[in-house]
Amino acid sequence: MTTTEKRTMLTIVTESVIENMLLADLDRLGVRGYTVTDARGRGSRGVRDANWDEAANIRIEVICTRELAEALLAHLQKHYYANYAMVSCLHEVEVVRAEKF
Amino acid sequence: MLDVVVLFFLLGLLAGLARSELKLPTALYDSLSLVLLLAIGLKGGEGLARQSLLPLLPQLAAVIALGIVLTVIAFFVLRRRFALPDAASMAAHYGSVSVATFAVGVNWLNTRGIDFEPQLPIFLAVMEVPPIIVGIVLARGLKSGIDWKKLGHEAFFGKGVVLLLGGMAIGWLAGPDGLAPVKPLFYDLFKGALAIFLLEMGLIVARQAGVLRRQGAFLIVFGIAMPLFSSLLGGACGVLLGLSAGGTMLLTALAASASYIAVPATMRLAVPAANPALSLAAVLGVTFPFNILAGIPFYYWLAERFAGVTP
Repeated sequence: MTTTEKRTMLTIVTESVIENMLLADLDRLGVRGYTVTDARGRGSRGVRDANWDEAANIRIEVICTRELAEALLAHLQKHYYANYAMVSCLHEVEVVRAEKF
Repeated sequence: MLDVVVLFFLLGLLAGLARSELKLPTALYDSLSLVLLLAIGLKGGEGLARQSLLPLLPQLAAVIALGIVLTVIAFFVLRRRFALPDAASMAAHYGSVSVATFAVGVNWLNTRGIDFEPQLPIFLAVMEVPPIIVGIVLARGLKSGIDWKKLGHEAFFGKGVVLLLGGMAIGWLAGPDGLAPVKPLFYDLFKGALAIFLLEMGLIVARQAGVLRRQGAFLIVFGIAMPLFSSLLGGACGVLLGLSAGGTMLLTALAASASYIAVPATMRLAVPAANPALSLAAVLGVTFPFNILAGIPFYYWLAERFAGVTP
């Protein structure tokens, strides 16, 4: 049987225009890996349509320790929430090869 | 009679307002804008190969100054109504230029067999970025940790500038004979590419309707009055530079146009407190349609009057 370990996944849905800035922040804060996908949906700032750059959204997923995930969330709240369309959340996940995260 | 490409824009607009399912793939929109930028660049480069480049330098300085003056004037008008970040951001949009408006202007002249100077695409390339810098300085002040290195990189290596200036370099090096094999794609298909591009622009413009309804009259009035005012300065600048009526019209259209690609993206990063929906609603919802539907024929009429006053 495969043994798994608990880690925390941070999911961020936000404007694609800040992708590079955000990923640079994640690197600086010690994240070892992330996944970025195009996203679309609807929220309090209206329909976000991935079909056009100015309104396109991305979803960034990071799997890391609970401690780091909370630090990242605090960083997002402090630097991005006021001015950018952003939703982020934490969820518990189970991983194999825990040393990667 | 409207140019046929403008009818495609109206089709997109109607489809968007009627909430049609019509949707163009992002990759197609990107590909078409690449073809349009290269075509405009190639054509300019081909023309420039026949003249010396040195006399152009003072002209470039003049059109850059034109963009900066327009940004500052727009800022003081907008500041009476909006908070500092919004006024500065929207001013940068209006100081900068729109490739799509320029392309419609080029098409308008081509359709009527009217010539214009080959350096106009260079004007387009150099007028894009300075207003962004002015807008950022207006919003944040001079010493506020602006990443000048990154902005400089954007100024010289942004997608639009690379394609325009790269196309011009290729056109200049290749000359008319060298360009002959690629002409069917870039010259003959220009109108068709522009038509589909404008169809998508119609859809994009239709999405601004909601914000316009909420923000109401001021954006609509500003979105029409600002390009009309800019067109006077642009026309005067064209006459000072000794451009033909066609060239003056294109410079006028550049002055009157407002950016909706490079500026929103950069301002979103550099001035995050500014509301991007305001600027885009004015630029896309009002100014762009105004320019391609009514502005361009009017700017040519104006350019003819201006060109008439040259000694």
